[in-house]
Amino acid sequence: MFFTSDEFLTVAAALNTGFIKTLQLFFVTLIGALPLGLIISFGSMSRFTPLRFITKLMVWIIRGTPLILQIIIIYYVPGLMKLFTWGGGETGRFTAVSAAFIINYAFYFSEIYRGGIQGVPVGQQEAGEVLGMTDSQIFFKIKLLQMIKRIVPPMSNEVITLVKDTSLARVIALQEVIWMGESFMKGNQGYAGLIWPLFFTAVYYLAFSGIVTVLLGMLEKKLEYFR
Amino acid sequence: MAILEVKNIEKGFGSTKVLKDISFDLEKGQALAIIGSSGSGKTTLLRCLNFLETPDAGSITVNGKCLFNAADPSMIREADIRKKRLHFGLVFQSFNLFPQYTALENVTLAKKLLAKEEPDFRQRKKEIYKEIDEEGMELLRKMGLSERAGHYPHQLSGGQQQRVAIARALELKPDIVCFDEPTSALDPELTGEVLKVIRSLAEQKTTMIIVTHEMAFARDVSDKVIFMDEGVIVEQGRPEDVIENPREERTKRFLSSYGNI
Repeated sequence: MFFTSDEFLTVAAALNTGFIKTLQLFFVTLIGALPLGLIISFGSMSRFTPLRFITKLMVWIIRGTPLILQIIIIYYVPGLMKLFTWGGGETGRFTAVSAAFIINYAFYFSEIYRGGIQGVPVGQQEAGEVLGMTDSQIFFKIKLLQMIKRIVPPMSNEVITLVKDTSLARVIALQEVIWMGESFMKGNQGYAGLIWPLFFTAVYYLAFSGIVTVLLGMLEKKLEYFR
Repeated sequence: MAILEVKNIEKGFGSTKVLKDISFDLEKGQALAIIGSSGSGKTTLLRCLNFLETPDAGSITVNGKCLFNAADPSMIREADIRKKRLHFGLVFQSFNLFPQYTALENVTLAKKLLAKEEPDFRQRKKEIYKEIDEEGMELLRKMGLSERAGHYPHQLSGGQQQRVAIARALELKPDIVCFDEPTSALDPELTGEVLKVIRSLAEQKTTMIIVTHEMAFARDVSDKVIFMDEGVIVEQGRPEDVIENPREERTKRFLSSYGNI
């Protein structure tokens, strides 16, 4: 039985380790990019023109260039310019790649937030005002939930993309699940020339994106009670 | 004494003057209808009264107390404006109900938030909320919506939504309730139920300002009519004078576009 063979168990254990690294990158990115994106969205809606201009310029640059290029630049350029290094080894790579992912995703999220915030009709703000509510009451009691409802579907798309984008960390040899899968082609723990481990990583991505899809779908359902 | 005195209000957006030297007053328990074509400044005037716009000049006095005077910048402080707004209620053309709250919650939300500022709120929270809910239910009953208290706005017809919005404005017991074209966003067959509610409010001597295109309704329900055109009050007076025997040429021309009323 293949699934109980030594080969399978060794590979699965390695892939599990790699996938934990993938998950770490996934959650670190979300924790960093979700709040940072909100701050950036305020910049892109600012009434102060230079701030709005710079934010829009950054959105263009970050969204207009490949994430893989951003990872390479963030990892190598500080060292090449003798500014600082991310530190050697796996920790350094993880820090650098996390920075790249957080920045990239924060700019994408900021545009989604902006759409959600601007999508709430101005009449909601005015209705709250004439009822004597404070601005913070209007934001938290009236607008926030309507914004969340608006951003959940586009956010779900981005989050599912993020599940798979984590594999781009492979480019600076972060030992995530794709890197692990490949390692059995080159030679790892006495196994070499194995192709199936790389293909098998798809199972991890499918399982995880499936869970994420179901959870976000439940959140979307929960907000369906109003329109 | 008049409950509301508006004096010399001016308002411009950029170089366009939307309101020019608007002055009128209103007695307690009276209904004032404001008529005029689109773009004549009616809505802007209501928005000024509700502090959604700040007039460039003039003053607004309610119950003898000056709420706004453009000559006195200290009157435009955000925190004070919030309280001053409570003298007025506003019913919007597009209802603007809060979609995530039920009809009853829409009516009671603002009052519950205001109750938090009461000194004895913490001890009496349950009691206070219960009172507010009962008041809200009573208002919905008056609007003929007892059965709909637990419905969300999207489950209600336009006419029902607008009646919830009226109850919401009344819940805070404003001195003056303003209606901004309350039936303009409704299908014709639904305007009747909303007009009926406003009519009964007039019978109960609610002080009201109604911006409307329903001429017959304005004539029947109001104690006073103002006709506005291009930002000025062209004519004001009793409805039988302004609507049935207008003196001004512009009023005549406007009313003739409505045919026989």
